[in-house]
Amino acid sequence: MNAIASDMKPATETLSPVVEARGLGLTFHTNDGPVNALSDVNLAIGKGEFVSFIGPSGCGKTTFLRVIADLEQPTAGTITVNGMTPGEAREKRAYGYVFQAAGLFPWRTIQRNVALPLEIMGYSQAERRERIRRTLELVNLTGFEKKYPWQLSGGMQQRASIARALAFDADLLLMDEPFGALDEIVRDHLNEQLLQLWARTTKTICFVTHSIPEAVYLSTKIVVMSPRPGRVTDVIDSTLPRERPLDIRETPEFLAIAARVRDGLRAGHSYED
Amino acid sequence: MTDRLRDKIVPVTAILLGLVAAWYVFAYVMNAPFQRDLDRRAGETPGFSEFVVKTMTQPKPTLPAPHQVAVNFFENTFLRKVTSNRSLVYHAWVTLSSTLLGFAFGTVLGILIAVGIVHFAALDRSLMPWIIASQTVPILALAPMIIVVLAAIGITGLVPKALISTYLSFFPVAVGMVKGLRSPDIIHLDLMRTYNASKAETFWKLRLPASVPYLFASMKVAIAASLVGAIVGELPTGAVAGIGAKLLSGSYYSQTIDMFSALVAGSLVAVLLVTAVGIVGRIVERAMGGQSA
Repeated sequence: MNAIASDMKPATETLSPVVEARGLGLTFHTNDGPVNALSDVNLAIGKGEFVSFIGPSGCGKTTFLRVIADLEQPTAGTITVNGMTPGEAREKRAYGYVFQAAGLFPWRTIQRNVALPLEIMGYSQAERRERIRRTLELVNLTGFEKKYPWQLSGGMQQRASIARALAFDADLLLMDEPFGALDEIVRDHLNEQLLQLWARTTKTICFVTHSIPEAVYLSTKIVVMSPRPGRVTDVIDSTLPRERPLDIRETPEFLAIAARVRDGLRAGHSYED
Repeated sequence: MTDRLRDKIVPVTAILLGLVAAWYVFAYVMNAPFQRDLDRRAGETPGFSEFVVKTMTQPKPTLPAPHQVAVNFFENTFLRKVTSNRSLVYHAWVTLSSTLLGFAFGTVLGILIAVGIVHFAALDRSLMPWIIASQTVPILALAPMIIVVLAAIGITGLVPKALISTYLSFFPVAVGMVKGLRSPDIIHLDLMRTYNASKAETFWKLRLPASVPYLFASMKVAIAASLVGAIVGELPTGAVAGIGAKLLSGSYYSQTIDMFSALVAGSLVAVLLVTAVGIVGRIVERAMGGQSA
């Protein structure tokens, strides 16, 4: 880790890391020459943490998440997920992934969308039914089982996609700007619900965002990233309590962390052209 | 209903009336020289209106007038026994059965080719140029060869004709399905990867359902092509029944009215087939949660 705040006590005990990256680098070879999407990323994510990755576009936050998910291959360094390579972890279905868009299959009802990973992973009919019921209840979509995605609002669709990622037993949840396309009111609401959900499920969550308030509100740990090359400029352990009402965002403590995130972004030249 | 009347029925009817009027004018112009000839030989000098009527009532006109075709079509469709050789229903049925068989073959073949192309890079590179080349060969040249070759190995009757339909109809299905099977968003393919889904699971649960709209769009083209194939298959092969055979015998004996009513029958069959595919497509779309449901 590049910079750990000495004056801030970690809110979470770091157990054996769920994700551990050492000297991780990824270079894309494009027609315009190589692009350093990630450069020398060192990071450990402990079990049960809620880690946000924040930075401007091009800072590699999404790429890092995709490397964890084995959707991109690193070109330097090592990374382990649950002590395995990302590929092995993916084969063991170690994580659920929530994309920027809900990505529901339009020809499946909500319950059949949630059933999709369960079908592929071979859960029994009865088990599927029970898990669908439980996860839809978790994201407050009970009663919408038989609806098709287009009949739901954007926020509800995204909740359904979260339910789909929660339906199977992965204790790692990777979320790539899941609320980026939603308006702020819906976003506030979903942030609050996501925290409650995290508290109830004890999952480890990696959450990509470009919203400072969202990152500070949700996280136990904030990873500030900067572009060209994509790198980690600061890692902030949040001092906020786990119980977080929405109005915690007006407290001095919250604003102090937000200021530090902004400083980290500025240090990485994220505000320059 | 009044909206539908204004938006669809009125414009369509207007165009139809215009076409019929133009048709009558052409019928007069095309049939007048022969009628003049006839009158000269018979030593008759009819007045203009009498002359016009005569051009519209020739038994073997160069261009039959619409009402002649209509009467012929009505008689041969509704007043004959359907088993009669003169019944258009009988001929249409012969053509329809080979169209449907050929269409079924063509759709299955097209889907199989598309599945192969999407899943094997080697097939993608090797097969596609041949498929496109296959459609540049004139079917009229190919049809008699197919019939003769198959007859030589003992296959006659419906199947050879159906194979000509297949030849024309697999192409739009193959091209459409390649596009359809490749239509899933990257995000959906990534999602299946995060589930560690097998190729087969990705195919059945993602690629195939995503391709359904493409399938029906290309099946509409394919079924029309199948009908053309079936008719063309009847032309050069000495077929004794079918819309194509009816067209051919009409041209041998200058039965222009018969030819035109056979054409009308063929068009009606085409409209029915395309509409039927469209209706099935809408039903499937609805069952798959389409927004029109």
